[in-house]
Amino acid sequence: MSKLLSLALSPHEKGKESVSRLMYDVLIALLPAFIVAIFFYGLGAIIISLTAVISAIVFEYLITRYILKKPSTVMDGSAALTGLLIAFNVPSNLNPFLVVLGSFIAIAVAKMSFGGIGNNIFNPALVARVFLLISFPVQMTSWPVPIENRMKYLDAITGPTALGQLKEGVMNGQNVPAIISQMPSQMDMFLGQMTGSLGEVSALALIIGLIYMLIRGVISWHIPITIFTTVFLMQGGLWLANPGAFADPVFHLISGGLMLGAIFMATDYVTSPMNKKAMVYYALGIGVLTVVIRNFGAYPEGVSFAILIMNAVVPILNRYVKPKRFGEIIKNGK
Amino acid sequence: MNKLQIFAKGFLKENPVFVLLLGMCPTLGVTTSAINGLGMGLATTFVLIMSNMVVSLVKDFIPDKVRIPSYIVIIASFVTIVELTMQAYAPSLFEALGIFIPLIVVNCIILGRAEAFASKNRAIDSILDGAGIGLGFAMALTILGAIREILGSGKFFGIDVYSGDGALIFVLAPGAFLVLGYLIALSNKLNKKLYKK
Amino acid sequence: MASKKESTFINMVLTLLIVTGIASATLGYVYELTKTPIEAAKLQKTLKAIANVTPAFDNNPSAEAYKLPVENDDSLVCYPAKKDGKLIGTAISTYTDAGFTERFFIMVGFAPDGSIINTAVLSHKETPGLGDKMDKNKSDWSNQVNGKNPANFELKVKKDGGDVDAITAATFTSRGFVDAIDRAYQAYMKGGKHE
Repeated sequence: MSKLLSLALSPHEKGKESVSRLMYDVLIALLPAFIVAIFFYGLGAIIISLTAVISAIVFEYLITRYILKKPSTVMDGSAALTGLLIAFNVPSNLNPFLVVLGSFIAIAVAKMSFGGIGNNIFNPALVARVFLLISFPVQMTSWPVPIENRMKYLDAITGPTALGQLKEGVMNGQNVPAIISQMPSQMDMFLGQMTGSLGEVSALALIIGLIYMLIRGVISWHIPITIFTTVFLMQGGLWLANPGAFADPVFHLISGGLMLGAIFMATDYVTSPMNKKAMVYYALGIGVLTVVIRNFGAYPEGVSFAILIMNAVVPILNRYVKPKRFGEIIKNGK
Repeated sequence: MNKLQIFAKGFLKENPVFVLLLGMCPTLGVTTSAINGLGMGLATTFVLIMSNMVVSLVKDFIPDKVRIPSYIVIIASFVTIVELTMQAYAPSLFEALGIFIPLIVVNCIILGRAEAFASKNRAIDSILDGAGIGLGFAMALTILGAIREILGSGKFFGIDVYSGDGALIFVLAPGAFLVLGYLIALSNKLNKKLYKK
Repeated sequence: MASKKESTFINMVLTLLIVTGIASATLGYVYELTKTPIEAAKLQKTLKAIANVTPAFDNNPSAEAYKLPVENDDSLVCYPAKKDGKLIGTAISTYTDAGFTERFFIMVGFAPDGSIINTAVLSHKETPGLGDKMDKNKSDWSNQVNGKNPANFELKVKKDGGDVDAITAATFTSRGFVDAIDRAYQAYMKGGKHE
């Protein structure tokens, strides 16, 4: 029978989107931040990124091939993306064994144990980050100082992050403006010249990635912009109430992992809500939790915890926050 | 069910931790090391055997409406005996298990077995049931504790397996959930193989 | 099978009375039985903690214990360790509120001249993997104060201008640790027995 007459079930029209096209778009969006990471952290950034990406792909291949015995999903780019995001979320002088362990946790525990791509509840790269942070607190909280360590890897000179300095100062009873005055200027922080995990430092590069993804239609604006707004307003309120005890909202927007988390981790397709309204609630939760953990928790940084907690809420949001269906009758009077 | 089946079901088919998911509080709370898991498991086993035996012996003399308070008093007495004995002869274990020893009273496994089994069966069967379920519980806690100890602090029953710190998360609460999840998956797989029809 | 007792009021009261009666009698008996061993075990624990921080002694420091007052109406318990009737060290059970989490307790042994012999952590809730490195079971960090005399050894972490290397990424715990030692030292030099 000729192909012309064959009938298939719907859908008959298909868009160009596919899992791999989306994943490669996200990878392109991460490029500016990656270039900045190489500029500031040099050798360490390259070693960590390569280790993470390669090990994530290898684990993905081995598990799909030999344990799940399913067609391999290595080529869709999701494992490479997870690997790169793990690299972005760790200090650039991390021991390569820990990077490989992180990839294993992300792929084997957070992704494949739930059934592979599309089924995981929690963002794999963040699970890996939190696993490493809790398991190896010393290694995960000593960040190399940028630029001067370009040619060094494990022997890099380390320093605290802006948020770490802030937390320690506050716990010592110091005045917040006094603590912040010892830090790099906000312009330097915006460009990325500060200590931190290798992919999170440059707000500018991450925002370029966001704009690229918005133009390509990879993500909608709802999640990142809601997170930024929530953090800005809530932190702004605290700051206005007591500028001596709380840092200003701009500082919180550009420091730590907020940009990276809001733009690339919270927007992960699988672990974020499916419709716009639910996305706003989800992002609101992330923003509030981040501010609460950063200001009142034991850890200086709270974005990853906030996103993981809200990941757990996503199934409920998907169930109860639904857009109105076309043609649905609105009940009056009750 | 013959005697052997009554005893053996606690290990895999009706394992209180892996299959029934009872007694999660001590399961997750104390299993930071193999010896803690084993100690908790054996203490619970003792209470379970004794309370099962006594409940099944006195079941005919206790009016239905006061049966739960009576069982609780019986269970609480045995828990206190364990607590005092442990404090006297195994003080370091007592300290490690801490609040979880008195909490054996509210472990649903024990009241559950008294209600579901001992109050309906003869003493000898009840003892076997208590021993089986109790040892199944002890086995589960020891395995969980051993895995967490090896991965988390690099030791096995206090003996160094490898040098260095291990992944700290396994000593903390999230590690308990993580390991328990994989053990439940494993036991489901085993049970499917053994008992499929 | 004998028929079950009816749930009449009198039956219920009687049953509960008998059950609780037997239970209390048994527990009373077990309590009497274990009373002495429990006390012995507790004493053993204290003696062990004292022996960890003082040279070998032949008296019973627990029986000769005395108290030293510190701020806020609190007091520290001192256990003098003696050999052949001569004071060779004093173990002081001390605490700090300067740690990362809540108050923790350590035992410090002082020689009669006030220099530190050894330390041992009694109980703490500091962060595992960071703050708990002050425990001898986790690392030998705390050994750096052994043999030092606080008269010429500033009991502060280096960040605060003292002589103590802080634990990596656990400055607060380290501060608390030296604060506890300092509290014991000040109290001991002020009112402790030195011979």
